[in-house]
Amino acid sequence: MSSTAKSFQETLAARHRKGWWFEWLCLGSTLFGIAVLVVLLSGIVWQAFGWLDWQFLSSYDSRFPEKAGILAALWGSVWLILLTALISIPIGVGAALYLEEYAKANWLTRIIQVNLSNLAGVPSIVYGILGLTAFVRMFGLIRVPPAIVVISLGFTTVEIPLPGLPFDRTVMSGALTLSLLILPVVIVASQEALRAIPSSLRDASYALGATEWQTIRHQVLPAALPGILTGVILALSRAIGETAPLVMIGALTYLAFTPGGIEGPGDILADPQSLVRAPFDSFTALPLQIFNWVSRPEPAYQHVAAAGILVLLVLLLTMNATAIFIRHRFRSRTRW
Amino acid sequence: MSTSEAIVKPSAVATSPTFARRFSISRAKEQLIRLSLLCCALISILTTVGIIFVLITESIFAIPPAKAFFQEVSVREFFTETRWTPQFAEQHFGVLPLLTATFLITGIAALFGLPIGLASAVYLSEYASPRVRGFIKPILEVLAGIPTVVYGYFALVFVTPWLLRPIFRDFLGFDVSIFNAASAGIVVGIMIIPMVSSLSEDALRAVPRGLREAGYALGSTKLDVSTKVVVPAAFSGIIASYLLAISRAIGETMIVVIAAGQSPNLTLNPFRSVETMTTFIVNVSLGDTPAGTTVYKSLYAVALTLFCITLMMNILSQWVLSRFREVYE
Repeated sequence: MSSTAKSFQETLAARHRKGWWFEWLCLGSTLFGIAVLVVLLSGIVWQAFGWLDWQFLSSYDSRFPEKAGILAALWGSVWLILLTALISIPIGVGAALYLEEYAKANWLTRIIQVNLSNLAGVPSIVYGILGLTAFVRMFGLIRVPPAIVVISLGFTTVEIPLPGLPFDRTVMSGALTLSLLILPVVIVASQEALRAIPSSLRDASYALGATEWQTIRHQVLPAALPGILTGVILALSRAIGETAPLVMIGALTYLAFTPGGIEGPGDILADPQSLVRAPFDSFTALPLQIFNWVSRPEPAYQHVAAAGILVLLVLLLTMNATAIFIRHRFRSRTRW
Repeated sequence: MSTSEAIVKPSAVATSPTFARRFSISRAKEQLIRLSLLCCALISILTTVGIIFVLITESIFAIPPAKAFFQEVSVREFFTETRWTPQFAEQHFGVLPLLTATFLITGIAALFGLPIGLASAVYLSEYASPRVRGFIKPILEVLAGIPTVVYGYFALVFVTPWLLRPIFRDFLGFDVSIFNAASAGIVVGIMIIPMVSSLSEDALRAVPRGLREAGYALGSTKLDVSTKVVVPAAFSGIIASYLLAISRAIGETMIVVIAAGQSPNLTLNPFRSVETMTTFIVNVSLGDTPAGTTVYKSLYAVALTLFCITLMMNILSQWVLSRFREVYE
């Protein structure tokens, strides 16, 4: 009897030892991700040290690594993200509103929903091919030269430059492509935010005689806004780092001007029309410029690339931090 | 329906005709809004249709005067020929070297990323205290949000010269080229860790507490409960997350373009330079290939192959989830 008890104690100890090893194995795997992040970040900071300065932020790309800068790419990315947000937010939120508030459980709704989850799994480079064919070349079918519409206001005339079709390799093509790419993410995130709104809020609004749209406009949307915003910002921060689709649509990597020639707020005041021109200008973007620098054979460009990566990561972290801030700020206010 | 008419109609007639008009205008407005929101939702369908249309018109059937890729190169040659030399004088369009390279890198990534991702999911769901979880989860989210071009830089500038070459070239004597499949595969594996970890963790956490407690009541240790109760119960979710991660690795572009090189070798040697399907697509678009040539159209054929493979993985993942889901209630 005592011998079995002893062997039970022994097996139990062995089992606990095995469990202890297993826990450390799992913890190690978790810490591995964190360790990689630390190595990656510190490695990039180390490579970029001494290269990330004001000169780098304020000059264009160059054949000389010491003179290379990120100005064109920075403004290109800013324009790209602004336009992508302007295009994808209304469409994405609109689609989510339809699916959550209006759609009945029929075949069309089911198809849209299944399609969304499949679209989220399509590689980004395939979106690039779609953008190249549909927006940059417009299937080689449509060709409209650019035009200028002149509106006379009596005391002055306003000239509005209309873009030609196809869009060619412009900010607009890039923004449309990235919008399609992040649309599934925006829609799913907005749907989740809308689903979190209790139906009692809607019922109360209907009971007061509000129509469907009035209910959505004044009750549901404001309540779901923090959730939607968080999802949208995270989706946009994915768009800002996307490289493959931009390589596909052929955004340039060597540019010595910014979209619309805008290098700061002063330029907009001096020439307001540049705001209309900018979306239809050629462009480069941060990840593209980094890719270009990484591909160059001179070792010094590895440092330039690291400096560029640092700028991109700072931008990304700012966006992520904003999303987290919004999530926390508004979660505490919710009253249901 | 009849009750609402009974309530609305008499009062509309009795008070004033303006109410009825306002009512019908607002009804029309509601319909208009509903319709425009439906259009927003239909754009996602249009995207899919657009992708399929673009890929098929350039690779399978073209609009008559133009010829599609498979009308110039036979499907048989595409899938059995072992040379991929579109830019040479003697053109060969055999997708096998590209497919092999893609699966070689995906294989290395899976070998590396899937077990680590699952182990970290088990830790986060079974072992970690809420405080530790609250600390680790955001870090994994940051790791998931890092652009792939940065991972590519990491593979080329850090993994190959500081990890692979010291171990495999200087110590073991392999010939490790600067651009190699191993560094790309390892870094793609790192890239999919957060995805596997977070999706698998969701699956593990969905396993009801009762199952775990039943395990403990039978005298199981935490190891037994984790590996023999929770993981099997969440198996469909784990497999689905694996499939999604593999599909992501197959479609990964920038890491392999930067780190794996551009020579279409038919090889399984992880230390040589290879060209994946995505790398080829990027290379064609970076060069000055004129639209309409066979090389240009081969881009669409390769993209169609890639699209079909990833789509199948995604559908398979959804099927696994719905078919093998254990429902507890």
